[in-house]
Amino acid sequence: MLNNTDILETIKMIQEENLDIRTITMGISLLDCISPDIEKTCARVYDKITRVAQNHVKTGKDIEKRYGIPIINKRLSVTPIAAILATACDPVRLALTLDQAAKETGVDFVGGYSALVQKGFSPGDLELIKSIPDALSVTERVCSSVNIGSTAAGINMDAVRLMGDIIIEAARKTADNSYFGAAKIVVFCNAVEDNPFMAGAFHGFGEPDAVINVGVSGPGVVRAAVAKMPDANIDQIAEQIKRTAFKITRMGQLVGSEASRALGVPFGTVDLSLAPTPAIGDSVAYILEEIGLEKCGAYGTTAALALLNDAVKKGGVMASSHVGGLSGAFIPVSEDAGMIAAVKAGALCLEKLEAMTAVCSVGLDMVAVPGDTSPEIISAIIADEAAIGMVNNKTTAVRVIPAIGMKEGEIIDFGGLFGSAPIMAINKFSPLKFINRGGRIPAPLQSLKN
Amino acid sequence: MKAVITVIGKDTVGILAKVTGICADANANVMDVTQTIMQDLFAMTMLIDISSLNENFGGFSELSDRLKAMGGDMNLQVHVMHEDIFNSMHKI
Repeated sequence: MLNNTDILETIKMIQEENLDIRTITMGISLLDCISPDIEKTCARVYDKITRVAQNHVKTGKDIEKRYGIPIINKRLSVTPIAAILATACDPVRLALTLDQAAKETGVDFVGGYSALVQKGFSPGDLELIKSIPDALSVTERVCSSVNIGSTAAGINMDAVRLMGDIIIEAARKTADNSYFGAAKIVVFCNAVEDNPFMAGAFHGFGEPDAVINVGVSGPGVVRAAVAKMPDANIDQIAEQIKRTAFKITRMGQLVGSEASRALGVPFGTVDLSLAPTPAIGDSVAYILEEIGLEKCGAYGTTAALALLNDAVKKGGVMASSHVGGLSGAFIPVSEDAGMIAAVKAGALCLEKLEAMTAVCSVGLDMVAVPGDTSPEIISAIIADEAAIGMVNNKTTAVRVIPAIGMKEGEIIDFGGLFGSAPIMAINKFSPLKFINRGGRIPAPLQSLKN
Repeated sequence: MKAVITVIGKDTVGILAKVTGICADANANVMDVTQTIMQDLFAMTMLIDISSLNENFGGFSELSDRLKAMGGDMNLQVHVMHEDIFNSMHKI
């Protein structure tokens, strides 16, 4: 029998603590759309997406109503477009096709304008990467990602160098729209194949023809749970976070299996994430502060985050039949009210954020840097972040926004879930020679781990 | 299949009557009700059977919309949620 306390607890989590399902993402393989003629490829891509995903948004809305839980985004991810490109054609055509298909199906975003180049480029990869700034400036809902490194392959430094230019170009081309192009590119090391979160989602080659992945949220719920224990020791805090993460993830499991049943598409994984929103209280930084730091970014932040991230996974794993995606606490600066406040107060700097990414998901995310930042500095930021992922056998990513024409301390306002980003200070000493050497950082040893 | 209706707000005459009236229209059988009044605050949870809703009523979605509209008119917070969400969240 249901008990009143449980019922009211669930309602309180949704009403007051911003509990939601962040996204239901349908992954769709486009490998059967390949054709030597780009026109034909585009037509097949459009047909396949609009056919397979025609009920995706409606199903999401039905589930929202049935369970009374908000599902914030309904999204699509597709096979990395570089893999289905015919040679010597204009890849932007496919970006426009994806955008049209996204609008037709009503989804918020489609991810997969992507290339995996950790070991080197095919001609299609290069064409696609070079077209990213154009593709993101002429489309609304298309997101792009490039995997430039992995633990098994090392880091492709030619790709790292190229991405510095591409990110600046994407920001420049969308300068009148809060540099939003740069917010739609993620550069990965160890990218995962079943990530439901944007902008880095793509549908991996080992996945079924179509699949449903769910990303849960809930920093507000965890913060409220920790707030009830002002005198608890760390063991008790970890236990409480585990219990809360269990409940949050069960919701994701329920929604994912319902969506999978209604759509007739297999259920992939639940991504055990704590994804913040700019809403007050729905912040990962505030959880860290609730654990006992004056401001996020103070010494102790990395340790507190490691504890939080691990407890979320331990609670979540038990709650779900299949776990995957990025799975961990996200620390996107612009999307987290507590992170924004910490940067403004001078408590949180880029170097501390980098350290934090070594113990959580997923990387330097939604970080704004001054407009005069050079491409090689962006490339070097990417290289550092990728090295953390490569050596520690985890996914890391960089999503930086060069605010062309703006200076440190100013604020870019994206609006909505993307929040606002204070432009952060960067170290201006030049990494130019290192970045210009090109080549590949060899894959690291998997033993002698110290 | 069961659903849970919760109503929270300032106590007035006829809340239960209105909720059960809509349930009766939809042919949703009331299986359990708990209701308390804490100071002036009315708090009610009701378990209803939604497995044989009236064909011409418009389904669970319509039931939920009508109950919420009623809540809006009377300044009450009304939630209508399928029981599975509570079962999956609070039971292993």
